Amino acid sequence: MNNTADKFILFSLRLITYAIVLVVGYILLDIIKNGAPALNWQFVSTFPRRSGAEGGIFPAIVGTLYLVVGTIAVSLPLGVGGAIYLAEYADQGRFNTLIRLAIITLAGVPSIVFGLFGLGLFVLFCGFGPSILAGSLTLACMVLPTIIVASEESLRAVPKGFRDASLALGATKWEMIRTNILPYSLSGMITGSILGIGRAAGETAPILLTVAAFYLPRLPKSFFDQVMALPYHLYILATQHPEADRIRHMQYGTALVLLLLVLGLSLGAIFIRTHFRKKFRW
Amino acid sequence: MVEQSIYPNYPKDLEMVITTSQINFFYGPTQALFDISLRIPAKHVTALIGPSGCGKSTFLRCLNRMNDTIPHSRVEGIISINQKDIYAPGTDVVELRKEVGMVFQKSNPFPKSIFDNVAYGPRIHGEKNPKRLAEIVEQSLQQAAIWDEVKDRLHANAMGLSGGQQQRLCIARALAVGPKILLMDEPASALDPKSTMRIEDLIGELRTNYTIVIVTHNMQQAARVSDYTAFFYEGRLIECDATPKIFTNPRQKQTEDYITGRFG
Repeated sequence: MNNTADKFILFSLRLITYAIVLVVGYILLDIIKNGAPALNWQFVSTFPRRSGAEGGIFPAIVGTLYLVVGTIAVSLPLGVGGAIYLAEYADQGRFNTLIRLAIITLAGVPSIVFGLFGLGLFVLFCGFGPSILAGSLTLACMVLPTIIVASEESLRAVPKGFRDASLALGATKWEMIRTNILPYSLSGMITGSILGIGRAAGETAPILLTVAAFYLPRLPKSFFDQVMALPYHLYILATQHPEADRIRHMQYGTALVLLLLVLGLSLGAIFIRTHFRKKFRW
Repeated sequence: MVEQSIYPNYPKDLEMVITTSQINFFYGPTQALFDISLRIPAKHVTALIGPSGCGKSTFLRCLNRMNDTIPHSRVEGIISINQKDIYAPGTDVVELRKEVGMVFQKSNPFPKSIFDNVAYGPRIHGEKNPKRLAEIVEQSLQQAAIWDEVKDRLHANAMGLSGGQQQRLCIARALAVGPKILLMDEPASALDPKSTMRIEDLIGELRTNYTIVIVTHNMQQAARVSDYTAFFYEGRLIECDATPKIFTNPRQKQTEDYITGRFG
């Protein structure tokens, strides 16, 4: 009897797991099947024509890359700094609990709210206008919780023995962190951060209000320029375009490129992790 | 004075390098040490023994202020090392820890090369000259009796060493900073008998130049390596005396019960 129940539970759990794989697999296959035919050199290297019904998506790719780089540049130092403070310096008291609560809440804020926040603070109040700067700052706010949580975990994973040994040899706290904590936790921090940023790269709502342009005839010249971006371009093509029904291949092609970009980021993260794991084993 | 009876009759000319008077230690509201007054002689081995949780490690970690890192902990009383109160405000903890090295229960080499492990201390204290660093590394590894085993692979990762080698590397790393005092917190408790013997031999060699305080739960080990033994029980110092005396003719009943294996 017990044995049967056991088998049944195992079977159900397996089924559920397979269902997840099935959903992911279906999405991937659908996008690849319909997007691959649209994918060619011209598609990724030229500007759109006829409002994106023809031509390529080059400026949207460039725009998304700029946003990713900008987001990393802003959020990584902030997030890592915050994590170091929380993991290494902050007293585990009530104030700390409050900070943690704030971070969790921040992670739960809907992306459109981040968009409105970015519009209010960076675009209007700071006067950056719709720009790469405003968009990157907005996305950075959004991924900050992910980065802090990943970095803090990675810092805490460094064995106590290394800390004790450093301090006992006369290292100051910062020397200890710099020489014997950060080097070992950096890979985990970067991996977690890139995964978070990969997610942000596909967000539409925050950039919709802070940076994204429907069409631009030239590439941005500075951080104060607007850019096109893949998720927003996809949104336009799929829902706002007058010929939405007849340009499915363009939509799928854009989706595939976005997917590959995010996948590339994730693969990069995994590569960094395995590389560093080999370097520091304990 | 009745209290004095728990202390040994140190020879008159013996230099006392560590003096603690009436140390109380608290982890938050829990008191872990009660009124510990102890003097530790220079260039001898003093063993701290007692059952688990008796406070011997806590006491040891007071001597280089490693307990500072524990939140909500508190020390009362005076600990002097070389006539200086190490808990006095304005004490430079870095200088203290250069003077008082520590070896931990679980060997904890950094995941760096053997060379970089030993050179870590001198480097953070500002030694940049590669020739001088190489000298310090060799000398320290020699002193820790591991030089011959690692001299051909100084740049290999220290994690590849055996447990016993790792622990001797950690001793070398502690020596590289140039301490006068070495604190050892059960340095051999995780090692096999042969490695343990090597560590014990090493302690025997180091005692000529260093003051060693060793925590051990292994009474045979205390008997083998130490000159003086202090017995702790439930956060109190029960008795301290010359090691042969503690093990053959203790003055306190509790000490006798412990060393004869009646508890602990």
